[in-house]
Amino acid sequence: MKNLIGLISGIVFGIGLVISRMINPNKVEGFLDIFRDWDYSLAFVMGGAVLVNLILFKVILNKKPVLEDKHSLPTKFKVDKKLISGSALFGIGWGLVGICPGPGIVNLVTLNYNAVVFIVSMVVGMVIYKGAVKS
Amino acid sequence: MDMITMPLSGGILIGVSSSIVLFGLGRIAGVSGVFATSFLANPKLAEKWKYFFIAGLLLGGLIMKTISPQLFEYNFIGSIPLTIVAGLLVGFGTRLGSGCTSGHGVCGLPRKSARSIVATVTFIIFGIITVYLKGLV
Repeated sequence: MKNLIGLISGIVFGIGLVISRMINPNKVEGFLDIFRDWDYSLAFVMGGAVLVNLILFKVILNKKPVLEDKHSLPTKFKVDKKLISGSALFGIGWGLVGICPGPGIVNLVTLNYNAVVFIVSMVVGMVIYKGAVKS
Repeated sequence: MDMITMPLSGGILIGVSSSIVLFGLGRIAGVSGVFATSFLANPKLAEKWKYFFIAGLLLGGLIMKTISPQLFEYNFIGSIPLTIVAGLLVGFGTRLGSGCTSGHGVCGLPRKSARSIVATVTFIIFGIITVYLKGLV
């Protein structure tokens, strides 16, 4: 059942990323290009998702999850250097090619060379982090 | 219409999806975290639903590619070396910063998490600066 929820939510998430055009790197670049020819449309993606969750999360968090005993929410609350520097590095990578993790994974279905190279590099980046933290 | 209807309906689907994850499993649907803690974790410790979520992302993409192939008609940005640098930064950065657009943006902002608000503002600002500087080169 947990796996089914994972699968269904993944499918809906993936369809959402395609329909919203988040998977199109040119749209992302246009959204971030506020000083030139700003394409504001992707603001509605985050806006729509946040709006839905503002309403639903409130209701959901009042009860325990259907298949678990409790919600497992992030346990860190402090804004620290790691959070800011990590987000900055992510932002630079995102701006360079217009792909973030979700759309990057969905873009694998295009079998485009750039999409594959991006995900392989992303995996390497994550592995480097893991190694750096452990040592 | 396409400037609002499509992004908004896609965004609503993304919201519904992450709400399903929270409702059913009590978890945050952050793609970078789900990916790293499944495919890159000890398979014995990884939670199986995460593999299914990632498979679902691909399946959702495949379904859309079959129904509306025109939504996939675009060119990627940047050379292969630039793509490698970007991928490394995104992979390393999202782990160091504990999340990406979905975990911090889609899920963190509605929870009014201070960390997620700071993270989201930070990666958007650095994305904007990067695109601006790219335009000067």
